Amino acid sequence: MSNQPSANQLDDKTIAELREIAARYPEPRSGLLPMLHLVQSAQGRITPEGIEACAAILEISAAEVNGVATFYTMYKRHGVGDYHVGVCTNTLCAVMGGDAIFQRLKDHLEIGNDEVAAQRQGDSRTVSLEHIECNAACDYAPVVMVNWEFMDNQTPESAVQMVEALRVGHDVSSTRGPKLCTWREAERVLAGFPDGRVDEGPTAGTASLAGLEIARERGWSAPDPSVAPAKEPTDG
Amino acid sequence: MVDTLTPVLTDLWDAELGWKLATYEERGGYAALDVAFAMSPDDVITAVKDSGLRGRGGAGFPTGMKWSFIPQDNPKPKYLVVNADESEPGTCKDIPLMMGNPHVLVEGVILSSYAIRANKAFIYIRGEVVHVIRRVQAAVAEAYAAGHLGSNIHGSGYDLDVVVHAGAGAYICGEETALLEGLEGRRGQPRLRPPFPAVAGLYASPTVINNVESIASVPAIVKNGAAWFGSMGTEKSKGHGIFSLSGHVQKPGQYEAPLGITLRELLDLAGGVREGHQLKFWTPGGSSTPLFTAEHLDVPLDFEGVAGAGSMLGTRALQIFDETVCVVRAVLRWSEFYKHESCGKCTPCREGTWWLVQALARLESGQGSEEDLDQLLDQCDNILGRAFCALGDGATSPVTSSIQHFREEYLAHLEQGGCPFDPARSTAWSGQEVSA
Amino acid sequence: MTVSTGSTGGGVEKTDLVTVTIDGVQVSVPKDTLVIRAAEQIGVQIPRFCDHPLLAPVGACRQCLVDVPDAGNGRGFPKPQASCTLPVAEGMVVSTQVTSPVADKAQQGVMELLLINHPLDCPVCDKGGECPLQNQAMSNGRGDSRFSDERNRGVKRTFPKPINLSPTVLLDRERCIVCQRCTRFADEIAGDPFIALVERGAQQQIGIAEDAPFLSYFSGNVIQICPVGALTSEQYRFRSRPFDLVSTPGIAEHDACGSAIRVDHRRGTVLRRQAGNDPAVNEEWISDKDRFAFAYTHGDDRITYPQVRDDDGSLRPASWPEAFTVAARGLAAAKAAGGVGVLTGGRLSAEDAYAYSKLARVALDTNDIDFRARPHSAEEAAFLAASVVLTGPGNGGVTYDDLESAAKVVLVGLEPEDEAAAVFLRLRKSVRAGGTEVVSLAPFTTRGLAKLSARVVPTAPGDEPAALRALAAELDATSVLLVGERMAVVPGALGAAAEVAAASGARLAWVPRRAGDRGALEAGCLPTLLPGGRPVADPQARVDVATAWGVAHLPEAEGRSADAIVEALAAGTLGGLVIAGVDPDDTTDPAATRAAIDAAGFVVALDLRRTEVTDRADVVFPVAPTTDKAGTFVNWEGRVRTWEAALHNPASLPDLRALSGIAEEMARLGEGSPLGFRTVEEARAEMAQLGSWDGVRVEASPTSVESSRTDRGSDDSTGERDDSTVRLATWKQLLDNGSMQDGDKYLKATARTPVALVTPGDFDRYGPTVTLTGDRGSMTLPAEICDDLVEGVVWVPAGSVGNGVLADLASPGAAVTITGAEGVHG
Repeated sequence: MSNQPSANQLDDKTIAELREIAARYPEPRSGLLPMLHLVQSAQGRITPEGIEACAAILEISAAEVNGVATFYTMYKRHGVGDYHVGVCTNTLCAVMGGDAIFQRLKDHLEIGNDEVAAQRQGDSRTVSLEHIECNAACDYAPVVMVNWEFMDNQTPESAVQMVEALRVGHDVSSTRGPKLCTWREAERVLAGFPDGRVDEGPTAGTASLAGLEIARERGWSAPDPSVAPAKEPTDG
Repeated sequence: MVDTLTPVLTDLWDAELGWKLATYEERGGYAALDVAFAMSPDDVITAVKDSGLRGRGGAGFPTGMKWSFIPQDNPKPKYLVVNADESEPGTCKDIPLMMGNPHVLVEGVILSSYAIRANKAFIYIRGEVVHVIRRVQAAVAEAYAAGHLGSNIHGSGYDLDVVVHAGAGAYICGEETALLEGLEGRRGQPRLRPPFPAVAGLYASPTVINNVESIASVPAIVKNGAAWFGSMGTEKSKGHGIFSLSGHVQKPGQYEAPLGITLRELLDLAGGVREGHQLKFWTPGGSSTPLFTAEHLDVPLDFEGVAGAGSMLGTRALQIFDETVCVVRAVLRWSEFYKHESCGKCTPCREGTWWLVQALARLESGQGSEEDLDQLLDQCDNILGRAFCALGDGATSPVTSSIQHFREEYLAHLEQGGCPFDPARSTAWSGQEVSA
Repeated sequence: MTVSTGSTGGGVEKTDLVTVTIDGVQVSVPKDTLVIRAAEQIGVQIPRFCDHPLLAPVGACRQCLVDVPDAGNGRGFPKPQASCTLPVAEGMVVSTQVTSPVADKAQQGVMELLLINHPLDCPVCDKGGECPLQNQAMSNGRGDSRFSDERNRGVKRTFPKPINLSPTVLLDRERCIVCQRCTRFADEIAGDPFIALVERGAQQQIGIAEDAPFLSYFSGNVIQICPVGALTSEQYRFRSRPFDLVSTPGIAEHDACGSAIRVDHRRGTVLRRQAGNDPAVNEEWISDKDRFAFAYTHGDDRITYPQVRDDDGSLRPASWPEAFTVAARGLAAAKAAGGVGVLTGGRLSAEDAYAYSKLARVALDTNDIDFRARPHSAEEAAFLAASVVLTGPGNGGVTYDDLESAAKVVLVGLEPEDEAAAVFLRLRKSVRAGGTEVVSLAPFTTRGLAKLSARVVPTAPGDEPAALRALAAELDATSVLLVGERMAVVPGALGAAAEVAAASGARLAWVPRRAGDRGALEAGCLPTLLPGGRPVADPQARVDVATAWGVAHLPEAEGRSADAIVEALAAGTLGGLVIAGVDPDDTTDPAATRAAIDAAGFVVALDLRRTEVTDRADVVFPVAPTTDKAGTFVNWEGRVRTWEAALHNPASLPDLRALSGIAEEMARLGEGSPLGFRTVEEARAEMAQLGSWDGVRVEASPTSVESSRTDRGSDDSTGERDDSTVRLATWKQLLDNGSMQDGDKYLKATARTPVALVTPGDFDRYGPTVTLTGDRGSMTLPAEICDDLVEGVVWVPAGSVGNGVLADLASPGAAVTITGAEGVHG
């Protein structure tokens, strides 16, 4: 019904890549989740055309694809920004300041949950905002995700600065990952097409190393296998 | 005497390029493959059984025993599926592990697949962690290029293909049968059991599903022996495990230690609860495990110890909350999480979480009476053990345990007609705000 | 003459019995029985919603929780278990809500949770009064809600009011308890997963994809199995309250499956039809045609009184006695002027068919009677006499259950999803259980065949005999051959089927399309057979029947087939015609049939509705639809299914009453004997007394392959096939322009769009719209590529365009030319 520019037909290359994803698996339907990621990469959201294409390739019904597309929260039925900002408001992050960050960003961007901020004069990129559930980075709370890259230990101020930098087109890097790519580019990685950014960012962030650093300081390690009993299981 | 911290899986994390094959191999990576290939698959299973390794994803089922359930007389292909859908609130160990040391996971996948005689393995990673997925994708690609994956690995005649699969946002896919549904391109709703995945899992074929940390623990067991692994930990909870401290501690982060360490010991290492505050409540293994308080500081953090104290070891996700935190607010937020993540399949979870959120929201805003607390507990009784899978059970844990420990605080909300806490005091920056 | 009503031959298998104790009562049930059904055995009804005996267990609603203190191994389950997913185990101890406070509280808790978001709109809900949620909330729920009481003031989940899943099925999402019965039915039973769970958690609901409605031939079943008022029927919505309805069991009249239905009516009007439960036949499912197509009986064109042709040539109303008299006189005269033919059509009850059969023999003194109002052949008549008549479940005939146990089912000239819906569902059930391979000799893989995972042996129309013989080697006693009525006009096909079956040991059954065909065959509405399968040619058989009927003798010569009757009327060798419910467009040659009716000296028509045939008749008798009379259908298995009248309409009489009136009047004129019965009861009694032929069966004659077809394309068999000549494959789709589907616009809207299926090559050559031209005319319709269509073949639906293929295009299997439609460029 809508004729959004992003909702045009999938091109031949995308169709070929959808088939390629399905072929990775013993049974093609297993490819559906990554295929829908690719649809989002190609079209900016889950479109009826994308659902049709997946259904046709996998020889299942469009209703079945629709059922899957509406089950998983990463699939968007309306467009998101070039940078999709997710603020963790699960209990721990919320308590640690996630609620305040989310509120500040809503006020600053003048939008509600799961909305795209207006593109102002001079903005080269768009930003959307969503509150998200625990993203497995609790030791970096409060956590913000941008296009599913970690932005650790945020404050309302740092978050506002970050979205401003993104909107005007400055490079922003994940606190323990690469320079941020666009949401559609990230979706392509999730579809299983690497983008060459794997070697950016550190091995681990600061919090991840908390215990290891103490162990190094104190000379602690796992038992030396050459000293530990070799064959017999310990009898307690 | 075993050291207080025993970095095995985390040991590589301070290397400069920890995710690269060269780094991993320099430290002896992939050497366990030849050890295993010199053994029969059954002997590998025996070694893992003997080590006492128990599932690191929360339930603690003995890993070797799980493998031995795979019926080898079943003519269908066998599959290994790695559960890398880490989503339990508070749990944040597998993500840094895959980011910093993905090859130990890949090596573990090869060893485990060899043991159960699978020629195809899948790593199902939650979709919301793009950089982690990049690292695992690249590790698998490097392993193929180096001959650690593919056909005739290390000349052993053993073939294995690995597919890295990105999820798309569903906590429930951490439940192993829901994960299989997701991996089969369906809605992530748990399956009826029996049949269990060991008999009819992925594509109705025998399937082992293990947590990332479980699989990543296998290379060291194969290389160093079951006894080495068993020399760490306690009698029934052997080996090392990553403990994740988060929240109101001085140094939140990952601490890899033998099972059985206590929160008191961990807090000592982490510099204690944040300056000027006291421990109020904590989760031993994520939000689905009943809350503990300061009285549980010396509970040994192993499967038996935590269970004996009325909770579950879970994923060793230690979320620390100090006295500035309103437990009603915390529990309400977790309940909203469970409501959001309920798959919708069964009535108690789908409708029960809907009700819990409304009831807690009213209590948090100071409406209601003490009778409502009892009704809330009755609702939990109607959900716990009645839902299709453990998600519904998990949703009741914070509610019942918080009322058990903090009934007075609930009542204080009612007496005051609202929440007596100032949320600003519990933020990460609350100490600095005074000077700012 | 009725064939056996006995149960299927399989008998009760030796099953391992398992003994469990439920609420203190020991009960032994077959292994693998679910606890919820074992409890039924001792009279304990455990409340349930998602559970359905014909759907795979899902354990979703959790309403059926029970306590299991001993799982059979001495240990109990720590938590209540869903009894709908728990199989019994030897020594298991189960405590239901009857004896266990834990189970009772668990059930009440689930019920309370189900109701918190359920709108309490029972007073305006279609389901109110027959609602499992309503009923079980009363029997197993709490008296009041704690969610929406003064203290809690819970906020219910709401959705905008109903959305259309299809033109026939509406969804009210607020009422849905997401038990998944509907989606499981669509996926498991119908194979049409066009509805699915969408969204998640509390927002989870049933949905369709954008612009992809739930178009399934079986969609209506989901309305019936919905345990709440979430799925409603566009046709029935807000029309009635369940407690105002009277329900009468019936048998569906739209195909030869013999499906049980339930006719729900109020004050003389049918308001809806539901599936009945006949485990041996349709289980609990019916097609949408059986469910929704019943308005045809009460349209404006319903005939309600007899008519006779007046002196001015017009039809005028007449009294029954006058009509009898006029008919008797006219028929007596026609009899003298060469004789009277009888065309009975395929929709009669067995009792009515028997009346026609007897009328022909005792009053009209002829064997010129044929029920086949469709292309047919002498080979078919021989096949029916040799291999079909009198076969049934009691004497080794193929049954539905046999389809389920067969290793292989071969379909020849039969598209079950379109032509025999219950057969399709049973085959799909068997295929899904992994038991049966379906093989079809067909020109392409239809959607129905794809849903049966069928192996298609690519076969152009006419090539079936050779294809069948080629398949013979892989058939044995575990195979079943199902032959459709379309094979009548493929020379040698039925003979080949009989021959291959005999040689391989495979079992054989004939599946006609119409509900009355098999009963008419049994009743002797065939020029070669008397009632009870007695061969006309057998003197002993004639004596048998004559004695039973109390007449001196029966006509000795085998009669004319329907085509021959048409020919003889046109030629003037027959003087008159008795015709019942025949649409000329269904016949071998529609134009010839029309001409024959026009040429006939005297025509008596019996019909439900005004048609072109009644318009041309000299006397018209109204007859009752199936709702207004008792009757019997003999289904394709030979299984007898009777029904009683649902509505009591004194002016609406069965055919046999009109025929008995005519025969009595003729007897008064000295022409023949009366029928000896006036009511269905009397007819049944006489039929039962007459019984079946126990003499020598007619041998299948391998030489009887000559075809009675008189109207074939002149060059289809001999001339060189030029590029634009293709063979015509065609059959009727389940939903088409059939007159018995008249009056329900919602049902009509779910019919498949008529298209011509062409090979990819022909699509490239002739474009998206094609014109087919045969010896009877042309047909233009959109073309669609069919990837595996046999080269040189085109398929069109037989009854979906214009007056149908037979009238407007050509005979099935004939050569037609294909061209790109004028003005349309591909």
